[in-house]
Amino acid sequence: MTIPTTPPPAHPWKTLLRVGSPRATRAMLLAFVLMLWLGFALATQVRQTSTQGLSTLREDELVRLLENVQRDNVRLAAEQQALQAERDKLVSGQESTAEARAAIQQRIDTLGILTGTLPAKGPGIELTISDPKGAVTAPLLLDAVEELRDAGAEAIQIDDVRVVASTYFTDGGTGVVSLSGTRLTAPYVIRAIGDPNTLAAAMEIPGGVSDTMRQASASMTSTRPNVVRVDALQTIPPARYARPVPTPSGVAS
Amino acid sequence: MIPLVGLLAGIIVGVFVRPDVPLWMQPYLPIAVIAALDAVLGGIRAVLDGIFSDKVFVISFLSNVVVAAFIVFLGDKLGVGGQLSTGVVVVLGIRIFSNVASIRRHLFHA
Repeated sequence: MTIPTTPPPAHPWKTLLRVGSPRATRAMLLAFVLMLWLGFALATQVRQTSTQGLSTLREDELVRLLENVQRDNVRLAAEQQALQAERDKLVSGQESTAEARAAIQQRIDTLGILTGTLPAKGPGIELTISDPKGAVTAPLLLDAVEELRDAGAEAIQIDDVRVVASTYFTDGGTGVVSLSGTRLTAPYVIRAIGDPNTLAAAMEIPGGVSDTMRQASASMTSTRPNVVRVDALQTIPPARYARPVPTPSGVAS
Repeated sequence: MIPLVGLLAGIIVGVFVRPDVPLWMQPYLPIAVIAALDAVLGGIRAVLDGIFSDKVFVISFLSNVVVAAFIVFLGDKLGVGGQLSTGVVVVLGIRIFSNVASIRRHLFHA
């Protein structure tokens, strides 16, 4: 079956053509079939490669891929957990900060109104005591203040002096009353913030402040403005001796 | 001519039929194709060297394909399929290059 080829200078191109020329031999047919198979396989493989997914990968490659995916999964899950925890912490921290701030502000407001360092406004009554004969004494005014406090007044001021825990009344002779060292002049104006009905009723009870004032030939009128302003302020000197005892629960609200 | 016609016909059939390669054959087909290419180029070279034989061509073609596929199969069984495929491709690639170089020298005298 060896093709008798004329030694060397036979033209190579012609040789190729001669070999390829159709001859009805069995080998030629086989070669044709083989080449047919090669072309077919080539085209198929090219197409397969361009469309292949995971299904053509080898077992070890698949295992490696799977391991990669699992490792990534674990890493990402841990990262997600950490970030979630951080987020929760931040959110709750923000909330608790805001809550603490609100609680502290409320406390400051309450204490400020109580100690007279903050101006206050709200419903209440305004009492005007005219005293033409100078009959109003410190005990009388003190009675009025105590009565107002009993009736639930939250902030009280007489003329331009705020009435607080350390306020004191002194008599300075006929018709002269001093409040915490400030001399008051008639007519005395008492402004109190609280439930207006309760406060007014407390002033009018028989044998109460109003009656006593009338017996002392002073007269008292009360009005109920929509908004009573108690805007006289009191300065508090820092405590020199008293120190707060820390409560075990921390911030008491 | 005939073999070239066969190659083109095979490509056309493959393009139009779009067959699915069976799963068990998928690792071996690319290696088999490379081996067949090597055989074809070796055949062309033999023609130009004046020592071509139809029988040798057919047998070398088939044995190339079978041996290449078998080596890969064995590699898969031994757990070194990937590396062995690479090795086969490298060897066949070198042979293809040397065959092509020989053919080129014959045809272009360069």
